[in-house]
Amino acid sequence: MTDTRSIVVVVNGKRYERAVDTRQTLADFLRLDLGLTGTHLGCEHGVCGACTVRLDGAAVRSCLMLAVQAHEKTVQTVEGLAGNDELSPLQQAFHDKHALQCGFCTSGILMTMTEFLEENPSPTEAEVRAALSGNICRCTGYQNIVEAVLATAVALRDKRNAAL
Amino acid sequence: MGRGRFVDDIVLPGMYAAAFVRSPLAHARIKSIDASAALARPGVHAVLTYQDLPATLRERRMPLFVPHPTLTPRMQYALVKEEACYVGEAVAVVVADDRYIAEDALPLVEIEYESLPAVSDCKLGASPASPRAHLDLESNVVSRMISSVGDIVAAFRDVKHVFREEIFQHRGGAFFMECRGAIASYDAAEGSLLLYVSSQGPHRIKRGLLDLYDLSDTQLRVVTPDVGGGFGPKGSLYAEYPVVAACSMKLGRPVKWIEDRRENFVATHQERDQYWDMEIAVDDEARIRGLRGTLTHDNGAYTPWGIVLPWISVATVPGPYVLPAYHVELRSVLTNKVMATPVRGAGRPEGVVVMERLMDRIAREFNLDAAEVRRRNFIQPSQMPYNVGVIFRDGRPVVYDSGDYPACQDAALKAIGYADFRQRQAEARRQSRYIGIGIGNAVEGTGLGPYEGAAVKVATNGRITVSTGATPQGQSHKTTLAQIAADQFGVSIDAIQVETGDTAKISQGIGTFAARTAVNAGSSVHVASVKVAEKAKAIAAKLLDVRAEDLELRDGYVQLAALPEGAGVASDNARQIRKSLAELAVVAAGMPGFAMQDGAEPGLESIAYFTATQSTYANGTAAAEVEVDIETGRVTILRLVLAHDCGRLINPMVVDGQVMGGVAHAIGNALYERMIYDDQAQPLSTNFGEYLLPLAPDVPRIEIIHLETPSPLNPLGIKGAGESGTIPTIAPIIAAVEDALSPFGVKISEAPITPQRIVELLGDAALGRTR
Repeated sequence: MTDTRSIVVVVNGKRYERAVDTRQTLADFLRLDLGLTGTHLGCEHGVCGACTVRLDGAAVRSCLMLAVQAHEKTVQTVEGLAGNDELSPLQQAFHDKHALQCGFCTSGILMTMTEFLEENPSPTEAEVRAALSGNICRCTGYQNIVEAVLATAVALRDKRNAAL
Repeated sequence: MGRGRFVDDIVLPGMYAAAFVRSPLAHARIKSIDASAALARPGVHAVLTYQDLPATLRERRMPLFVPHPTLTPRMQYALVKEEACYVGEAVAVVVADDRYIAEDALPLVEIEYESLPAVSDCKLGASPASPRAHLDLESNVVSRMISSVGDIVAAFRDVKHVFREEIFQHRGGAFFMECRGAIASYDAAEGSLLLYVSSQGPHRIKRGLLDLYDLSDTQLRVVTPDVGGGFGPKGSLYAEYPVVAACSMKLGRPVKWIEDRRENFVATHQERDQYWDMEIAVDDEARIRGLRGTLTHDNGAYTPWGIVLPWISVATVPGPYVLPAYHVELRSVLTNKVMATPVRGAGRPEGVVVMERLMDRIAREFNLDAAEVRRRNFIQPSQMPYNVGVIFRDGRPVVYDSGDYPACQDAALKAIGYADFRQRQAEARRQSRYIGIGIGNAVEGTGLGPYEGAAVKVATNGRITVSTGATPQGQSHKTTLAQIAADQFGVSIDAIQVETGDTAKISQGIGTFAARTAVNAGSSVHVASVKVAEKAKAIAAKLLDVRAEDLELRDGYVQLAALPEGAGVASDNARQIRKSLAELAVVAAGMPGFAMQDGAEPGLESIAYFTATQSTYANGTAAAEVEVDIETGRVTILRLVLAHDCGRLINPMVVDGQVMGGVAHAIGNALYERMIYDDQAQPLSTNFGEYLLPLAPDVPRIEIIHLETPSPLNPLGIKGAGESGTIPTIAPIIAAVEDALSPFGVKISEAPITPQRIVELLGDAALGRTR
């Protein structure tokens, strides 16, 4: 009834070679096969954004992709954001600004916003809100998320300037 | 670094996955079920229908949480016996190796349905000529309740100004980001069941399951791990939970069921429709003399929460205003839709919309300013405590304990620049921009009883633990409760471990809903922490040979507090006179063969179950400024101010977070969220493309003002905050849209108000301009 295929994928810097059902979603592969449960499923129809991961750098919905489509690609999940037991600047800002309540949507938002800040290091509030519009949060009313993203942008800018 | 663990993240050895077969029709009789093809699918281990359930689940219907004398209860069986009464009602369950296989097998379960006429609209359903939502019902109206205060007949006889408003309100569902889910694991050797469930309180779910399964207290443990949002509906006991348990009992394996989003749209409880038909009697000074009318409420197909939801609506209508006479007949009507039970605000936002729409009507009729009409009718702080006269759903009269309503409104209006708004509006109109302003005032019963306990314990390694039945879904209970305990132990918040959501950690619990946790659990944590601290001091005093009252708790030690002048001991030495909490806990645990010191109770621990005598009443004023695009009907919220009073603030950052989230929910209710059903009660908006939630660009920066009138009803002076953003905020958005469109004579007596509807109401006015 289902085909199996072998895939090679690098997730958070680690190489995996696995046999997967061709119909398995990337989200289920990450959660079930690799045990990376930080990626959450909120709607499974591509609207809520909770399952967002980065595929070769691009923020994508892992619920709308098949695991086989990640073959020979690199994936970053929320587990890959923090290094050496230190939160990423954006994660730290979320903590400091009370930008999460239940935390279920948070991993997807972190992935989307990490990509966004790489592309737009000096965003306006309106740009942050527009970039956030693909992720639904039911708890926070978004304000503290916006604050955290803006604060991170400033912090990263300062850091870059200091390095010059 | 924190790690989340939601129910779907838990994997037990040998676990199977379950998926439900649900009724595709709103009302149907099941003629036959044939599961043979599904069972033949490799990887499928069982298909259970009603007939395959354990005996007690075939005998007993799901438990009713809150009965009421006026209610004819109607509860469902865990799986449909013969008559399905809403789209999404569970008919059978498939258990398989994994979810993919279980879902493959769902369409293989062959069910023959006979379609029956369905009740889709509660107003039509209340008519005797309507089809019945259940075949054997005499009437779809399952409760009629009168709430009455003062002499309503005299009130309407004695004044010459009477205004009538018919108001339709629809509130959508919770739509938490994590759908529901449960894992049941039955241990046949012990005859015990472990249930993981995403809920707002495992104790009540346990209570219900004990009754359904005839289990004793020690045979069932219910654990709620991290919860991805609740907002009310995760407080219910759903049929899927006992069914998943039945699957585990039958197969001897753990069984997991995770709701998908489509199921969530049809099977998780929602709020829904209310039709209000109200008349208000006003004297020549625009002061209210009386208010009367009816509320027709869509209850959905069964009554798990009785009439709690519409009852709260009725009790919330009077709000901060003096209402000498009030008479409402509530009719709760069964329809063929999933059950309507409390969603954040729990019927209160609807009550507020009713009263505030009437206030705006009075202002219009008298040509008075909307804020002035409200000022004339406010209950004054000097009138506290104020008995409204109606009975609240906690069975007690609504008695406001404290609050300054005029000051709250003034604060909000000042912040939003109300005084010069008309000038701004006139300027905007000169540029063909339509802006409007609206006000919403609310008083909110919070801290509902009966109790929420806390067990505070110092372990023999010195670790301080607080266990409670309160169950967070993102409200930062752990921070807030740790903060209250930390105050008594003289330690940082991080030194307190708060354990929630596990029936094995504290024996009694109610759960987190109705903005009740800070009041109930917070007070219990305070009381228990004070006791444990006193006990630690008493033991230390004995060991150190000092007086207990000279001791203080700080950083994990009981030590001499600041020494009196001339005590003759160098303060450095005094600091050495101390005992660690760990040492004291060891002493408190006792030594084999030795009597306890002074007959003390063993253990450095205490349990408190704070019981509030009544609800404590928070209040708030929301003010909104909006702009309406009269060509597209799009509403942009320009400013949103919320002034509110939830008594003493424990943690302002947490309260602000609750308020902002609550406001966003109200924005959804005012402008976007609508669950649409056709006339056969078939749901038509079952994904996030059709049912719209507020997104980041839709929610403005929310300006919050805190007023602090401490509650006299609990030791910390606190009131609930979790719903304070939602409750007053639908009304002012609607009012502001109406105000913006006042040049066109548009009147709005409904919520939500969508762009399509705004264009429809504008009619030729809008089109005329664009042509």
